[in-house]
Formats: sequence, structure tokens, C-alpha cells
Amino acid sequence: MPSRVVGGIGLSHVPSVGPAIDRKREQDPAWKPLFDAYVPVRDWLRKLEPDVAIVVYNDHVADFTFDKYPTFALGIGDRYAIADEGFGTRPLPTVTGDAEFSIHLCEALVEQEFDLTVCQDMGVEHGFLVPMNLCFPHTSAGWPVKSVPLQVNVIQHPLPTARRCFRLGQAIRKAVSSYEKDLKVVVLGTGGMSHQLQGKRFGFMNEKFDQWFLDELERNPEGLAQISHHKIMEEAGAEAVELIMWLTMRGALSPQAKRVHRHYYAPMTTGMGLITFQEPQAI
Amino acid sequence: MGSSLSAGGAHPGAPIPDTTVFDLRASQRGYRLNKMCGSLCSPENRAAFKQDEEAYMAKYDLTEEEKNLIRKRDFGGLIHAGLNIYWMLKLGSVTGNSLYRMGAQMRGERYEEFLATRNFKDAV
Repeated sequence: MPSRVVGGIGLSHVPSVGPAIDRKREQDPAWKPLFDAYVPVRDWLRKLEPDVAIVVYNDHVADFTFDKYPTFALGIGDRYAIADEGFGTRPLPTVTGDAEFSIHLCEALVEQEFDLTVCQDMGVEHGFLVPMNLCFPHTSAGWPVKSVPLQVNVIQHPLPTARRCFRLGQAIRKAVSSYEKDLKVVVLGTGGMSHQLQGKRFGFMNEKFDQWFLDELERNPEGLAQISHHKIMEEAGAEAVELIMWLTMRGALSPQAKRVHRHYYAPMTTGMGLITFQEPQAI
Repeated sequence: MGSSLSAGGAHPGAPIPDTTVFDLRASQRGYRLNKMCGSLCSPENRAAFKQDEEAYMAKYDLTEEEKNLIRKRDFGGLIHAGLNIYWMLKLGSVTGNSLYRMGAQMRGERYEEFLATRNFKDAV
């Protein structure tokens, strides 16, 4: 059997989740609602048994700089270092990649006219690591799944459109299905939801928008992909444009995929959303 | 300094109040500031900044105006000068200013006032 996408997860990658895990604060009252929501998700993932996670995320200028800033960048390494993003390096095992699968993805995506920046050496930070922490807890032996980092420019405008990100997901689905090895793949779309981190509007959140986004992502992803950056920034805060990466995840799933989990928690300055989808006959 | 910048032609729509869109003009304007703050992703450079902030700023050819914004820890001013928020967090790391402390200042509030506006202020 060729490879296939078995599931998708949309989730926020709030940086403070990292230290909460490292300091074992998951059961603190302020953090418990978030971490409890991932208990059934982790159970589900254990049943789904993915071989590889494609993580669609943005680097927050830990590994990429504005000297040269790619719109889409894909890792093709067998290992990815934990980057120091200004606060020291988190005590996490090196991330395991799948170079052969990544190379196939690059070839198949460029063939479909997604002209990626290809990275042999990539350090990963909270945009990538917090979703991995939440979904795939590591042990001293490492991470339970191989991963492919796919970095998207969502911080230096002009950004790729939401529609482009959705189509990238569709291209990923096609690319996965043309890989001859029998791999089960999950796609993680990360970032958001509503938040603004600068100016007088710092701390702005909009739960109504976030819940609408989750509804549309489930029921009407093609329509949602028409959304403009301006509308997201106006209604959900300037930094909420990260949400376009959730559309890449959704584009990688078939119209028959069913929503499994959904959760929302907004304690401080970011709407922390969670939504999962499963393909028919995935388990 | 105005409190909002236009979202510009590439992202049409009315300017969003109290919001800066980090576009290529902002990125060019803030190039030196961003370069300097980006360098703080290494422990050696963070130590060097903490040891002699003036010497560290001089190495990155900051203008006097940019240096003053850093000396004053004027986070809203730095955003207007083109410093990207995610690079400003690294400056926060070496100056003892968390995201929420920087945010409170940008809102014109004391830290405790800002925390009081949150749904669950212990999730930090």
C-alpha cells in the first residue's frame, strides 16, 4: 500500500506551554484545562499509529532571519536540532526526521508548482516543538514519531494567501499518496488562534471569531480559504494570521474526513484552539 | 508617533487601530534592530549584551534614536521603528522583560493592571 494521510490536527503553539511542560506544571489549575484536552488526543494518536508527522509551523526568527526569509521551507534532514530562541535551549531530544520521505515530498511538491526552499540543516523552536510536546510526548529514547518541518512565512508581509496554504495542503496529500513506502502520515497545522502581541491592542482576543473559524474549518474549508489576511488581523489580531497554516492541514485531508476532537481555552493572550480530523478507515 | 500604521496596498482594507503590520518597509526600517536582537539567540551574545549594552549596540551600527529606544525600554517605540515582535522577545530575555511586561507597557498599563484584564492570569 502507498503512503496515506490518516489524520490532521489544528492547534495553537503558544510558547509558554514549553516551560509549563519542562517545569511539570501540567496539572496547575491554570494549565490543566489545556493539557487535559490532549489526553484523548494522545490516546487517539496511539491508535492511529502515524509513522510521520508533517508539522506546518512558523519559525519565530530562531533559525531563519530577515536577511533571507523563505515563504515555504521544507526540512530534508534525518535530524533537527532544538534551537535557542533567546531563552536557552529546552531540554528535549533531537528531532528525528525522515530524509527519504522529505526528499520525495520536495520532488512531488515542486512538480506541483510549489517552489520550496529546501533545508538540510534546520533548528526547530516553539512553533514546531510545542505542538510536538502536546501530541507526541517524548521519552529519554526520543520522540515516538518521525517528523517533517514545513516552515511558512506568516510574520513578514506579504504572506502567502490562505488559499495558497490550503492548496499546499492539497498538494501535500497528493505527494504523500505517491510515496511508495507504506507510511501513515498526520499533518499538524499550528499557530493562532486570536492574538495580538504588539501596540495598544496587545492582548486582544476574539473567541467568537475563533469558534467561527473552527466551525468553518470543519464544514466549509474551501470557503474559509477565501479569507483575507486583513480580515483575520482585524477580527482576531495581527498575529492571528498564523491561522492560515491550519488550512494547509485541512487541505491535506479528504472531504470525507471526520472531526474527532475540539477544544478551546484562552487564559492569557492567545486563543488556544484544538481540532482533530480522521480519515475513513484510518484505524 | 501615530498609534496605527496603514495595512498598505498588499493587504487592502482600512488601517487596523493600534496595530502595526510587519511588512517589507517595516523590515527594512528595522533591519539593524532586528539583526541585533536576532544575535541574542546565543548564550555568549546574551552575556555580552548584559555585560556592556552600549558596546553591544555599537557593534550593530544602531542609530542614536534606535539606541535611545533600547535604553528607555520603549517597546511600543521599537515596534514603530521596525523591530519585529518576535525579535523583541529576545531583547526582553536580556533585559528582564517578559512578553506580558512588554505588553502592559505598550497598552499603557501597569503589569498588575494588565494581568487583571486576563481570563486566567496564572497561565504564564
